[in-house]
Amino acid sequence: MADSLILHNVRISRRGAPLVSIDHTIAPGTVLTVMGPSGVGKSTLLSYVAGTLSPDFEASGKVCLGATDITDLPPAKRRIGILFQDDLLFPHLSVGANLAFGLRPGGTRAHRRQRIESALSDIELEGYADRDPATLSGGQKARVALMRMLLSEPRALLLDEAFSGLDVSLRRQIRALVFDRARRMHLPVLMVTHDQEDAEAAGGAVERLTVANLSA
Amino acid sequence: MGPDNDLMRLLAPLWAGKNGGSGRLSAVGLIPALTLMAMLGPVCAGLLGTLMPSLGYLPAAGLSTLSFDPFIQLFEWPGLPVAMRLSISTGLLATLLSLGVVTLTLAGWYDTGPFRVLERLLSPLLSVPHAAAAFGLAFLVAPSGWLSRIASPLTGWVRPPDVLILQDEWGLTLTAGMVAKEVPFLLLMALAALGQADARRRMRVAQALGYGRITGWLKTVFPPVYAQIRLPVYVVLAYSMSVVDVAMILGPSTPAPLSVQVVRWMSDPDLSQRLTAAAAALLQGGLVLTALTLWRAGEAVVARLGVLWIARGSRGALDPVLRPLGLALGAMSALAVLAGLAGLAVWSFAGYWAFPEALPQSFDLRSWARHLPGILSTGGTTVLIAVLATGLSLILVIGCLESEFRSGQNLTQRGLWLIYLPLLVPQTAFLPGLQTLLLSLGADRAIWAVVLAHLVFVLPYAFLSLGDPWRAWDRRNSTVAAALGASPRGVLWRVRLPMLLRPILTTAAVAFAVSVGQYLPTLLVGGGRVSTLTTEAVALASGGDRRAIGVYGVSQTLAVLGPFILALAVPAVVWRNRRSLHG
Repeated sequence: MADSLILHNVRISRRGAPLVSIDHTIAPGTVLTVMGPSGVGKSTLLSYVAGTLSPDFEASGKVCLGATDITDLPPAKRRIGILFQDDLLFPHLSVGANLAFGLRPGGTRAHRRQRIESALSDIELEGYADRDPATLSGGQKARVALMRMLLSEPRALLLDEAFSGLDVSLRRQIRALVFDRARRMHLPVLMVTHDQEDAEAAGGAVERLTVANLSA
Repeated sequence: MGPDNDLMRLLAPLWAGKNGGSGRLSAVGLIPALTLMAMLGPVCAGLLGTLMPSLGYLPAAGLSTLSFDPFIQLFEWPGLPVAMRLSISTGLLATLLSLGVVTLTLAGWYDTGPFRVLERLLSPLLSVPHAAAAFGLAFLVAPSGWLSRIASPLTGWVRPPDVLILQDEWGLTLTAGMVAKEVPFLLLMALAALGQADARRRMRVAQALGYGRITGWLKTVFPPVYAQIRLPVYVVLAYSMSVVDVAMILGPSTPAPLSVQVVRWMSDPDLSQRLTAAAAALLQGGLVLTALTLWRAGEAVVARLGVLWIARGSRGALDPVLRPLGLALGAMSALAVLAGLAGLAVWSFAGYWAFPEALPQSFDLRSWARHLPGILSTGGTTVLIAVLATGLSLILVIGCLESEFRSGQNLTQRGLWLIYLPLLVPQTAFLPGLQTLLLSLGADRAIWAVVLAHLVFVLPYAFLSLGDPWRAWDRRNSTVAAALGASPRGVLWRVRLPMLLRPILTTAAVAFAVSVGQYLPTLLVGGGRVSTLTTEAVALASGGDRRAIGVYGVSQTLAVLGPFILALAVPAVVWRNRRSLHG
């Protein structure tokens, strides 16, 4: 189950202009932090790994999960979870239905409902299944978004400025929760951030992207 | 997949981008091609079907020798110079006035209380069918209409004054009718464009530099807004020049504007008259093209003068006059439609109503009872056609937008022109040819042919209505759903469509309204045998039975308002427990 996320000689350019160049293996349970000023292509790297790179970009190299090459797989088949700065809970679904959207298919109705309930109590939101996500607090939404992603049983985790939208105390709390879960589930984590504190909390390798190669 | 692939390659440049289709064909990938065929096929076929008879070729009437006789006959018609002049003057004047009213209203009142009232009235005003609005205006301004009745205590009129207001020979009432109907359309388009023009900040800068609201607006906001609404302005010009239903109600009749004359020749039992009609239709197309070119040249002149005006640095001495004028004109064009509709409603329930009285002596249901069977049967046909056209347009438009989204290729300027093309080619230029073609195929008078003809006009509006909200949807929702294992189809059905329920229903209501309001496509493609509320209402114009006109006009309006109310109510009920989906 626990595989490394391998970025093998990944090079991304936009209309011929080189943007990102990275070669790194992220071991299970560790975090690679990618830092750099805005516009340097941090989020572009994540969309490449997630499989949603816009056709404006050209990319070469490979993305592998352990021995599996996932470079050409559609996003839905990659099993790579992603968290954004916003919670992006689906506004038309209840909290429980959002979690059920993430929960991998299979199992009886009762069994699935029970898994949702226990997932909710796991993040201290017992009885919230029928709530409108819009009525939750920021921290509650972030926890539901994390749990929705974990229920899909991802094999790697991408964090796109995932903690930037939270205030300082909440930020520490959610960050600890996410890293703790990722470590316990042995997930390799690729985090993009502009916050030094995020990098220190992650405790792993740090890769800094620069705009230097743009002017070259 | 040979031929299909070629077609896709042909169409790929419309949605520009590097990977012109991944080589895999899906249903969604084919929809842009289908949509283009649905929009442009009838236009091209119709133009061809107009061209051939104009050169004397009409096998259906046993005519197959090529000649210029149809044009010679057309030029021998004594009414031609006046008919042409009417078409040009109505079109240019109506466009100029509509654009002027919209610009003055926006410049003087954008972001103010009065403007928000006008904004709220916009969708209902836009949805009122042209024919109903025209009848309403006629009921207001006719010598025996509401305005002269209300004025009678002051003027002492006991009989309707003997002045020719309706159907005046200069087409001024016709122009006013077009302005009242086109102002809401241009206003909506301009509002959508304002978002990208950064109007608030530009105005703050201009006002800080001492410019008045209107002058500041004209110098800083109008240029980018006009660049955005240029195509809609052209649509207004082409449409005002070639409109038939409004012209039959409000325009002069001896001679009538060219487009009305085309329809008269088309309806002549003598099939050879269709040759003259075809020649006149082509002439109409040429007139519109000429007017568009003139307008385009005018744009350059105005731009030149505008630069000089801006360089002079005048801060706007006329603003105190222009600002109230803008509000008055904007309010008047809205009130004309609303009061007109009220007039239709009053007439539909009127008992005895002698001239100078402002209201009937009594109200009753006699007119409604008399026309109920007709309303029900034509109303049924109207709704059937509108539901089919709306359904098809939604499938095609959502398919196109989704295909655009999945391929990551955005609509190019060229693609945008294609969307507007069916609205820029005058209806009178291609619909007669389409009817002639269908006649030779024996497919005229068929409901499905009418539905397809409506689709040509419904699709562009559906595109314009749904495009912006569809593209504004946060793409990361799709990334998250896919990362959770949802297929592209799953993302569409389980996430995107439910989240966009409100704009989709609004688009459906717009599409429905466009279909209900269609006169010429229904009349010509239906071969006069497919009766809708609109064709029946316009047919009543010559009879002058105001109660019957009232009943049909009100029914038309209700048929259009119903879907708009549903589009508001359904999301409110379905998403009553979902706070962030309430707009």
